[in-house]
Amino acid sequence: MSDNAVGKKQQAPKPVARKEMTKWQWTWKEMKRNYAAYLMCAPYFLIFFTFTVLPVILSVFFSFTVFNMIEPPKWYGLNNYMRLFLDDEIFIQAIMNTLVFAVMTGPVSYILSLFTAWFINELPPKIRAIVTLIFYAPSLATGMTFIWKILFDGDSYGYANSILMRLDIIQAPIQFFQNETYVMPLCIVVALWTSLGVSFLSFIGGLQTVPKDQFEAAAVDGIKNRWQELWYVTLPNMKQQMLFGAVMAITQSFNFGAVVNDLAGFPSVNYCAHTIMHHLQDYGGQRFEVGYSSAIAVVLFVMMIGSNMLVNKVLNKVGQ
Amino acid sequence: MSKKLRTRNHKVVLNRSAGGDFGIAVFLIIFGAFMFIPLYYAVVQSLKPLDELWNYPPKFYVMAPTFDNYGDMFKSMSSSWVPFSRYIFNTVLISVGGTFGNLFLGSLAAYTVSKIKFPGRNMLFSAVRLSLMFTATVTAIVNYMTMSAIGLVDTYWALIIPAWGATLGMFLMRQFMVSGISDAVLESARLDGSSELRTYWTIAMPMVKPAWLTLIVYSFKDLWNTGASTYIQSEQLKTFNYAISQIVSGGIARAGVGAASAIVMLIVPVTVFVISQSNIVETMSTSGMKD
Repeated sequence: MSDNAVGKKQQAPKPVARKEMTKWQWTWKEMKRNYAAYLMCAPYFLIFFTFTVLPVILSVFFSFTVFNMIEPPKWYGLNNYMRLFLDDEIFIQAIMNTLVFAVMTGPVSYILSLFTAWFINELPPKIRAIVTLIFYAPSLATGMTFIWKILFDGDSYGYANSILMRLDIIQAPIQFFQNETYVMPLCIVVALWTSLGVSFLSFIGGLQTVPKDQFEAAAVDGIKNRWQELWYVTLPNMKQQMLFGAVMAITQSFNFGAVVNDLAGFPSVNYCAHTIMHHLQDYGGQRFEVGYSSAIAVVLFVMMIGSNMLVNKVLNKVGQ
Repeated sequence: MSKKLRTRNHKVVLNRSAGGDFGIAVFLIIFGAFMFIPLYYAVVQSLKPLDELWNYPPKFYVMAPTFDNYGDMFKSMSSSWVPFSRYIFNTVLISVGGTFGNLFLGSLAAYTVSKIKFPGRNMLFSAVRLSLMFTATVTAIVNYMTMSAIGLVDTYWALIIPAWGATLGMFLMRQFMVSGISDAVLESARLDGSSELRTYWTIAMPMVKPAWLTLIVYSFKDLWNTGASTYIQSEQLKTFNYAISQIVSGGIARAGVGAASAIVMLIVPVTVFVISQSNIVETMSTSGMKD
């Protein structure tokens, strides 16, 4: 029976052979035939599942418990979430800050990446490579955002202070990173500085794939200016890169906690730049309240996946 | 339509207004300056001798450039008992070890899910694609528990092994392989009796050089920037980036040394990027969220 099925599968189209078995029998047969494939991808997926998938699943479970890593977890129902949303003012502030950060950096960085990539696309290749490097280099420099700290140093030796003082705009130096008014805007600016990363390169790559003859055809068809060309020809051709770039931009926009740490310290003055990431760091990394911090992680996870789905819907309308 | 145009040798002039060109140039110059000035400033600052650092008002150029700051970098951590070179060694070890593991395991998995038709491959890849939508922050707490359960806390492995399972490079490589490797070539190799492992290594991998250079750049960049980590407590295992952050907290007196370390920190990933730039752009042209 089994020999027969294999023989048939090779000669006749697959569906015929599959009909003779149940779905599971066929799957099992295919799995046995491809055992080498499982062995080959096993090491990668073992690590991937251990350090990326498992933590998400376990976090969801822990978020319904009280757990301090020493005693076994105790069921706690929805109480962690109740405490988060009803009883933790800093968390509410952290959500607000995270959203401000995400809304300010995500779309702005995405649009900057897209337009910069588009603008430099018509430059000669050699010059384009150099310009690309200038725009991309800061995103390689995530370890050196502190140079902004020297530019905006709190005493009169800071460049910003010294310029503002000489122009008589201010009388005394401003403690930029100790002052609630300035911390958030400055962190957003620095985050934007490092944000022309993967999505930017993805757009540059995508723009090269747009077939040249489509532009000519479009010009004949009455496309009047470069903006119409962008909307009706270029963007529809690079939709895949746009979706990918959006995913990268969103993930990144929720992940700027490290910038705040470098510039404003942890915790920032009066929690003025406290994001969900910091709250997580506080309860998980320092107070070891695993149940509570897992609930924070789950909220962050839901926010990220949610905004990805939302943006996906919006981007599917491009060029229509 | 376009074919007709070409055969008639018809040159179509695309609409490019002078005003638009000017506006774009202005945008690129202003935005480019914003991106470039901090980098320029870091270079200038790193070349300033100590007395120029104390000049008031601070200047955006250097009068007597010196490389002293780069030398002082090694002395400036004298308060700590770990030699500065050890921090650099740690960062290099973690970056190289993590990147190569990610390259081999990731490309093997990318090849398997893109070029071998076995049940479950789409599910496996969907999991990777979904994981691009959230950050490591979400996984940090449980990973700490996993690390301590298997005894990796406070070892290099705590930073190296998770990097082997990093997703971005693997994702890009899989997308590149789907269109970049012809199934016919693989099929004929299989008919010649080449094992899958052999086909992967001798046929598929040489065809996707842009993708593995891209993977190297991203993996390396992330690991190179590793700062203070909850997994590492021993001072002698800490990274270069962590050491710099200690230097910079010294304020203006350390600004020159801080800037010098920042330049050293940046120069390595920039070099890696410049070497592989055209390959990365090629890889990116196949990046997309679709199956």
